[in-house]
Amino acid sequence: MASTSVVDELKKTQILELLDQGKRVDGRALDEYREISIETNAIPKANGSAKVRIGDTEVICGVKIQPDRPFPDTGDKGIFICTAELLPLSHPTVETGPPGPDVIELARVVDRGIRESHMIDVSQLVIEQDKSVVGVFADNVVVDYDGNLFDACSYAATAALLSSKTPKWNMVNDVPTLVEGEESPVPITTIPVSVTMGKIGDHIIVDPNGDEWASMDARVTITSNSDGNICALQKGGRGGFTLEEMIQCGEISVRVGAKIREKLKEAQQGGQ
Amino acid sequence: MGGREATMVLLDENGIRCDGRKVDEPRRIMIKAGGLKNADGSAYIEFGENKILVGVFGPRDVHPKHMSNTDTGILRVRYHMEPFSVGERKNPAPSRREIEISKVIKEALEPAVMLEKFPRTAVDVYIEVLQADGGTRCAALSAASVALADAGIPMRDMVAAIAAGKVADTVILDVNNEEDQAGQADMPIGYMPSVEKITLLQLDGVLTPEEYKKCVEVGVNGCKIVYDLQKKALNDKYFGSGED
Repeated sequence: MASTSVVDELKKTQILELLDQGKRVDGRALDEYREISIETNAIPKANGSAKVRIGDTEVICGVKIQPDRPFPDTGDKGIFICTAELLPLSHPTVETGPPGPDVIELARVVDRGIRESHMIDVSQLVIEQDKSVVGVFADNVVVDYDGNLFDACSYAATAALLSSKTPKWNMVNDVPTLVEGEESPVPITTIPVSVTMGKIGDHIIVDPNGDEWASMDARVTITSNSDGNICALQKGGRGGFTLEEMIQCGEISVRVGAKIREKLKEAQQGGQ
Repeated sequence: MGGREATMVLLDENGIRCDGRKVDEPRRIMIKAGGLKNADGSAYIEFGENKILVGVFGPRDVHPKHMSNTDTGILRVRYHMEPFSVGERKNPAPSRREIEISKVIKEALEPAVMLEKFPRTAVDVYIEVLQADGGTRCAALSAASVALADAGIPMRDMVAAIAAGKVADTVILDVNNEEDQAGQADMPIGYMPSVEKITLLQLDGVLTPEEYKKCVEVGVNGCKIVYDLQKKALNDKYFGSGED
């Protein structure tokens, strides 16, 4: 995914030359997102799921909800965990085996964006305090790669969570026991949207595609919530941003994010 | 009949199974060739409630190098289930079951693929089970054959696969999850219809010699149904219609 080849170097020159004329390789404006398609309930056996396509990047997220033991220091809260994995069929350079640093960063950034927005009200996910809570697991798998996995995984997880229904459990003889036929939506407080921008030369571009991703000097992923506030940020890559650029990126992420939030809401309603 | 209400009726008095099928009727099968951009070949199969995606790469360089063979190409298969594919969340790390299934699928495909034409290279087959509902190895093997063909890799034939089995003392075709759990036998079969060779065969459960013979026959006939759908998937992609 991140290996640089001779072809990438040649593409980088071409991408930079085009950007100097205000153009992108695929004809988009610098702050223009690719077509996003969101399909919810793609995996009926999951408690919620979504398939998200951004250009040729495709991610499937399945949400599993089940009773779990609380963490010792937060016995009054449920558990939310989001993971991401690059499947070997997503790209010729992806190998099986334990995840490398890039994938670990991906999973953690996607998890953090959703966690820090407090999208899920985990205080409502307690079966019995200090004993048993509800665990919500959102597992992302990357199926096809064309850049910007941060946003693709984030939207897939968010859409899957919005479409999720949680079963209900009661404590019976100290064991969490399923209450048949009682399902409710997962308690949602806000809809976080991450927007990833790349920096190539002095240009900031929104939603880098695969070729642009391989040519970037630096990137930043900024997550905003429904109130238009920024709730998580991750800078990556070897290059740097100026203060002005970072402020600009913040504005772009909130503006672009608002449009994408509407898409996520539509997908939620469409999937019901 | 009164006593049977307590458990699931796997086969009713009219010969209808728990999901409404007849004894020799497979589940709904949909196979699509292609679909992934980066893979050299790919396929997607829906087999009842199973949803499986397969991507193929190669022939390509072998890493680590010592695995390569100067006389022939090698086939590598990974069968993997997503954490959300089953009722209880599955640990994403490969289980012993997945490692074993990877091996039997590899050995089922090897006779079909002309690996000797590509010495020192590897063909990698990645199978991702998005949703599992009994019979994943057969569905995965059928889809993997289509993905290999889609990758343009020379093959003697495609391997089609389906399970035969026994419930309520009756031989059935295409064992679903409930029948696998509560039934008497499960026999996955992989078969190359044009070459007439069985390349995968497993069994758990007890069968009389007659039942065993019947199971293999029913399974091989079932494979021919799957085979037609595999060919149709390739026809649909490369010739634009299911009929040629």
